[in-house]
Amino acid sequence: MISFNLFVLPFSLGLIYLLYMIIRWWYKWVKALPEEDRKRFRTGIFSRKFFPALKEVFLESLIHRKMFKRNALLGYMHLSFAFGWFLLILFGNVESRIYSTSHVNPPYYPIFLKFFIHDKTVLWFEINTVPGFFRFLMDFLLLFILTGLVLAMIKRGRSKWFGMKRTTHYQLTDKVALVCLWLIFPVRLFAESFTDGYYGGGGGFLTQHLGNLMVLIFQESSRHIAYTLWWAYSLALGIFFVTLPFSRYWHIPTEVLLIFFRHFGITYKKVSSSFTEVEIGACSRCGVCIDVCQLGSAAHIHDIQAVYFIRSVRDEQVNRDIALRCLVCGRCQEACPVGISADNIRLIERNTFSGTHDSDFSYLPASNPRQAPVVYFAGCMTHLTPAIIRAMRGILKHAGVNYLFLDEAGTVCCGRPIILSGKHEQAKKLIEFNKKLILQSGAHTLVTSCPICFRAFREEYNLPIRVMHHSQYLLELIKAGKIPLQAYHKKVAYHDPCDLGRGSQEYDAPRELLAKVADLVEIPQDGKDSLCCGGSLGIYTVSPQKRDLITKDALEKLTVSKPEILATACPLCKKTFAKHAELEVLDIAEIVYDAIPG
Amino acid sequence: MIDFGYTVHKERLIDYDKNDKRVLEHLKQHEPSVLTCIACGSCTATCSAGQFVDFNIRLVQTLLRRGEIEPLKKEMQKCMLCGKCILVCPRGVNMRNMILAIQTAIDKLK
Amino acid sequence: MTKTTVIIGGGVAGMTAASRLANLGDKVILLEREEEIGGHLRNWDRLFPNRRPGYEVLDDLRTNLSNQVDIRCNQTVASITSQPSGFHMELESGEILDCDVLLLATGFDLFDARKKEEYGYGIYNNVITSADLEMMFRSGQPITTSQGEVPSRVGFVHCVGSRDEKVGNLYCSKVCCVTGVKQAIEIKEQFPDSKIFGFYMDLRMYDRHFEEMYYEAQQKWDINFLRGRVSECAENQDQTIILKIEDTLTSRPLRMTVDLLVLLVGFVPKPETLRLANLLGIKIGEDRFLESLDEHTRFNHTIKPGIFVAGTAKGPLTISKTIADAGEAALQIHNYLKTIK
Repeated sequence: MISFNLFVLPFSLGLIYLLYMIIRWWYKWVKALPEEDRKRFRTGIFSRKFFPALKEVFLESLIHRKMFKRNALLGYMHLSFAFGWFLLILFGNVESRIYSTSHVNPPYYPIFLKFFIHDKTVLWFEINTVPGFFRFLMDFLLLFILTGLVLAMIKRGRSKWFGMKRTTHYQLTDKVALVCLWLIFPVRLFAESFTDGYYGGGGGFLTQHLGNLMVLIFQESSRHIAYTLWWAYSLALGIFFVTLPFSRYWHIPTEVLLIFFRHFGITYKKVSSSFTEVEIGACSRCGVCIDVCQLGSAAHIHDIQAVYFIRSVRDEQVNRDIALRCLVCGRCQEACPVGISADNIRLIERNTFSGTHDSDFSYLPASNPRQAPVVYFAGCMTHLTPAIIRAMRGILKHAGVNYLFLDEAGTVCCGRPIILSGKHEQAKKLIEFNKKLILQSGAHTLVTSCPICFRAFREEYNLPIRVMHHSQYLLELIKAGKIPLQAYHKKVAYHDPCDLGRGSQEYDAPRELLAKVADLVEIPQDGKDSLCCGGSLGIYTVSPQKRDLITKDALEKLTVSKPEILATACPLCKKTFAKHAELEVLDIAEIVYDAIPG
Repeated sequence: MIDFGYTVHKERLIDYDKNDKRVLEHLKQHEPSVLTCIACGSCTATCSAGQFVDFNIRLVQTLLRRGEIEPLKKEMQKCMLCGKCILVCPRGVNMRNMILAIQTAIDKLK
Repeated sequence: MTKTTVIIGGGVAGMTAASRLANLGDKVILLEREEEIGGHLRNWDRLFPNRRPGYEVLDDLRTNLSNQVDIRCNQTVASITSQPSGFHMELESGEILDCDVLLLATGFDLFDARKKEEYGYGIYNNVITSADLEMMFRSGQPITTSQGEVPSRVGFVHCVGSRDEKVGNLYCSKVCCVTGVKQAIEIKEQFPDSKIFGFYMDLRMYDRHFEEMYYEAQQKWDINFLRGRVSECAENQDQTIILKIEDTLTSRPLRMTVDLLVLLVGFVPKPETLRLANLLGIKIGEDRFLESLDEHTRFNHTIKPGIFVAGTAKGPLTISKTIADAGEAALQIHNYLKTIK
């Protein structure tokens, strides 16, 4: 005999719809992947990669480890809902299997177990083993979730306690889903309590006592109230499931697919792809990207942060402003608990708004470079900071390096600035030219003093030779004993350039280099959390005044421990900071050059 | 009308009453900093593309604003978007955005 | 009790105001941060528009300073507070000073050309500033390149540190254009065979005799004025300087080499002035110079009664205009002193 009551319908129908949506979209997304990615997916599922992927799903989607690192309260809140609900479902299923009288049970059975089974003391599990174990466990898990709910309510008013100054504005579907989600567990609590109270048993430490109290107050009406509450519980669940695919909570299933994609080696492309759609779906609108965005915190621009941008892509309402107004500094990507490559999506969208730029750059001249084992590429910006060039020339001469200064007479841009306008196809011509030049020189090492060029060389050029940022190369020369150094003990603060740090994951070489000549001081935000100088070539629509705000704010934080010198590893950062800084701003090459005796 | 024996060549003439102000209007909306240009020439002097080809960004954007659109439609394609011009401009003209704006304006005119 | 005026700053403005006030019978204390009074005027060789020696003006100012003026050098103000009856100062030497009226004549600094790194000041040996050149003139030694040779080609870059959003100074410093023309003529006088160039965005020949000097520079001295702003410089092996410019008048890029490059640096507000303004609650303009109470009718007053301002602390001025301005300030102070108890 299958247990059934009319009230289970909203839940069941909602669940069916949700499962249908998940299957349909997952199928669509996988099918729409480019051929090589589909292959990766097929082989991936049946490979060893499946298990680390599952592990990450557990650690991030349930435990929310990345959230915890950001703020303990924030992490706990998400943990209690996600992990708590997962355990509730898991143990609910176990419980229902133990207590049910029939072998086959419909999916709604564990959810509404207490409606169908009231007296557990007569059942073999209660008699023969630990009495009240499940009564305790289910109540405990419910309480666990409810503490998270209380925190979620507090967060609405006091988000600062959760480490968030600003939080996302919600759309209508988000609000509906949120209300339902918030209702589910309190309503469950009361539905179970009323039932347990009316039947005088079956409840745990929470539900039984609450239930007894309710029966004391409501007497005979308790049964009616209980039934209404079960309906409400089912409706809350049903409506939640039905609105889920159209709300922020769609990230729950989508994120799982994204994690699997990543582990199988499927990653973002330069054009819009299925992967990008999955990323966009996986955005939980948590709003962590809002606080870390310097356009918001320093320049008071509040409508272009990653979460709003992704929303505009999802709603197919991207406009020029939101696409072009981003520093492409990577801070939001770094902070995102789901790891969405917001910068890349921004560049994809920019293609639409940058107008036709279809130059073939055929005006670039024929090249015939001198042969040399090492090639130094200063980059466009470095020609406006000649102190860096002088330092590099001096150091390389001292170290006796046979090098070719590739762009001494003038630079052909590395191509990254064009890529930042969304025109990655056009950049290819510049890349071809420079690549040909580099390879013709016969060099085995390419050294550049500009992180923007460095990132371009690494990501776009596919060079068969070593590509090094000058901080790395100079460190190598020093370690080989080619550069005599006399440390001068000045307090130096090092600023991580966006394209070198987050963009190329090189945080250590410049620090190691600087530590050999000066005293590095601690700064509050460094490494992955470092601030953008504001000089970014990634942002198009910004006034000089707004840029100044970002620069000054970053400068303030960098000089908090009163260093004597601000060290940079990027000519653009150097120029940007020098405009406002009262202290000396030097490139690391200059600092090393100054430390050479004589 | 007195016959001077010559006339100003119409094609050389910038007729500010009748010229095509569409690019100018588009720029006013999307990159108004262009209005503060004093034509000092720093941008053209430092231009990366200008080293290799006849590309005078100062002249081109001035002429576009004066209504000389047709012959200059493809000029912007020469730009490498490197950003040196912005770094030297004394008036803070955002030239990279200006170039994107001009490109979209010209697209709209087609 | 005689009312006391303290003048902070012993440059052209401070000296002028001090002597005017003393002549009118008022008690004045003149505080100067450095070892001697005179300000920047001590460093100029010859002054525009008539190229007369700067020391003549300095001597005149000094002579006018009667011994009624209490001149105190090597003094810096550590703190000031406003009292109901005037101002109470603590100097860094520990001395205490009370006065009824305060005149801020703290002057200006010159733009640090190293901030315009692309011009190579401090990096290339043959790039100097107009101030450096003026010191060379004063020293009486002939001008040479860094290798000690006679310069055959000299370039002057206008608007260095002024009218430039990139260094945060949007204002025009007024005096640099005419200084560039003056110095061009002076070098040509020394080396008639040399070729001199001026690279400008505009030539601000706004005052009397300035335009005539420009005309003379072209007609008599064959100075070449090229309209184009230098974007960056590079250095040859022989330390000559390569310039990148657009010749805007012909709309073509231009490249040239010079033996010596002179950067015409402008005025910047002194950090000391800003510090005092913050202590006293005086308004600072967006250009970071001091604000007068009224641009036309109360040019030397500030929003605080009893605090006056004279000279370049309010913005770029020529020497002759500074003297006039300081004289007006002194008169305003003298009248104010009559009104207070």
